[in-house]
Amino acid sequence: MRKQILGTFVIFIFAFEFYTAGRLPGITQGAINGVLSDSTESFVRGKALYKSHCMSCHQFDGGGVDNLNPPLIQTPYVLGSKTGLINIVLKGFKERVDIDGNSYSNNMPPLNYLTDQQIADVLTYVRNDFSNKAALIKASDVKRLRGGR
Amino acid sequence: MKSYNLRSLPVVRAVLLFCLFFSLCFTSTKLMAQTELKLRQAPGDTTQLRLPEHFSAIVIADLKAKARHLVVTEQGLIYVKLAKPVNGEGIIVLKLGKDGAAGKIGGFGNYGGTGIYLKNGYLYASSNSEVFRYKLNEENEVINPEQPERIITGLIKGRQHETKSLVLDNGGNIYVNIGSPLNSCQQNDRQRGSMGIPGCPLLDSAGGIWQFRADKPDQSYGQGARYATGLRNVVGLDWNQENNTLYVMQHGRDQLHDIFPQYYDEKTSSLLPAECMYMVHKGDDAGFPFIYYDQFKKAKMLAPEYGGDGKKQVHDKYIDPVVAFPGHMAPNGLLFYTGNMFPDRYKNGAFIAFHGSWNRSPEPQGGYMVAFVPFKNGRPSGDWEVFADNFSELSGSDLMSPRQAKYRPCGLALGPDGALYVTDDVKGRIFKIVYGK
Repeated sequence: MRKQILGTFVIFIFAFEFYTAGRLPGITQGAINGVLSDSTESFVRGKALYKSHCMSCHQFDGGGVDNLNPPLIQTPYVLGSKTGLINIVLKGFKERVDIDGNSYSNNMPPLNYLTDQQIADVLTYVRNDFSNKAALIKASDVKRLRGGR
Repeated sequence: MKSYNLRSLPVVRAVLLFCLFFSLCFTSTKLMAQTELKLRQAPGDTTQLRLPEHFSAIVIADLKAKARHLVVTEQGLIYVKLAKPVNGEGIIVLKLGKDGAAGKIGGFGNYGGTGIYLKNGYLYASSNSEVFRYKLNEENEVINPEQPERIITGLIKGRQHETKSLVLDNGGNIYVNIGSPLNSCQQNDRQRGSMGIPGCPLLDSAGGIWQFRADKPDQSYGQGARYATGLRNVVGLDWNQENNTLYVMQHGRDQLHDIFPQYYDEKTSSLLPAECMYMVHKGDDAGFPFIYYDQFKKAKMLAPEYGGDGKKQVHDKYIDPVVAFPGHMAPNGLLFYTGNMFPDRYKNGAFIAFHGSWNRSPEPQGGYMVAFVPFKNGRPSGDWEVFADNFSELSGSDLMSPRQAKYRPCGLALGPDGALYVTDDVKGRIFKIVYGK
């Protein structure tokens, strides 16, 4: 009997976590009374873009691949300056990176075929998932850098 | 859509997660004990590996370093090459004790790398651009670990596929892989839609197997010969003693879907191209980057970078694989079994250590096992099969990213008693697999 109660409880928690997972914004300006704020919408769009443009290398959990593709979890490249991060997406990245004693050296191609808004969305997402928390990125930030090349 | 107060949601979720963790703690001890019993194949097995009947495995060492290839001497000395030196030691020397465990008795060679091989009284080892050899005494101990002879130097080392694996033949030659510094020789590496560089000139100095003399100092491209080309990156290779021929395992190209989504969906791209074993003769061309092999169509396909569309086949010029495995599994070790411990059907067959895939998402990853192919006279005499599985200690569908895998097979070696040794380059675990009824 105790086992069954425990089992039901576990299933309930799983169901709840699963049901709410997609609704978690990770950024502080959330939705009030069902109205999603701009930043939350950007995050949600960014998550979809991450899946189709980033996930195969950086992996579903942002953990990267040893020796090849750097992790996106709590690294200065992700949490640091917006300029640096936006430029990685616009221009690609061909440097060897050392993070926590591991080296990563695969080539990242430029993803400059994405629009300013798409780059802003995906970076806002990356900066606020995978236990990251950093200011969102706006399309105007990307536009300024793209033009300034 | 239902409305949520997203500010309080994280708190609720955190509390529930905590409850979940707490309740699982109560149940897991019993569950784990059951799983462990089920996986064990034989008494004395100290691993979670799944093996055929009457095989068992023990852990002989945990080096806590990236253990790549290894060799085992007749006297029970084990030389392990590390991808990165630890405390100035890139080659670790272990000795098997009576209890089956191996203790570290030495270390030398302040360079990282993958290749290591034993032949004719010398230990050969590679960095990512050079090859050294160390003279051995009659006990197969390195006489002067601080002063190796440098026999090969100046090999191209890209930022990917930079490792140099090696093997020797019976005629005084050494074979070294030089991996392609690019995924598929695109004008812009890994960029969506970027086409191939015409003729792919990097093949002049990479993307193949080079042959050198095993005893001449400081050879480079000028003194060596491009033995075989059109091989993107070879990590596992071995000399087949039965037909006196070189065999290699190629790491096939990545990201067909990411780069050419108009021709390949994600599912197709997770299994293509095949990871191929080639029997290699001098002058052979396996076709990289112009073609890849499709194991479903059993055909050589024109690469999309060079005008292919997932349908156009190529029939001439390039050699066919002798075995085609599913894509992206990353074959890092190849060993023809010449020992006497395993049953007859294993004799002269090929063991392949698959490091495990990273670019199959959103599909689960694959590999993370040692496969076996029975051979007769240098040709496969049956289909490939999984020999040792569960290195990741995760069920297949749960393995979404290589970081989740507990261990990743890399190097293979034969012990003097016929046991099979397998290295792991996540934690430096060394497994010894034995047969006994």
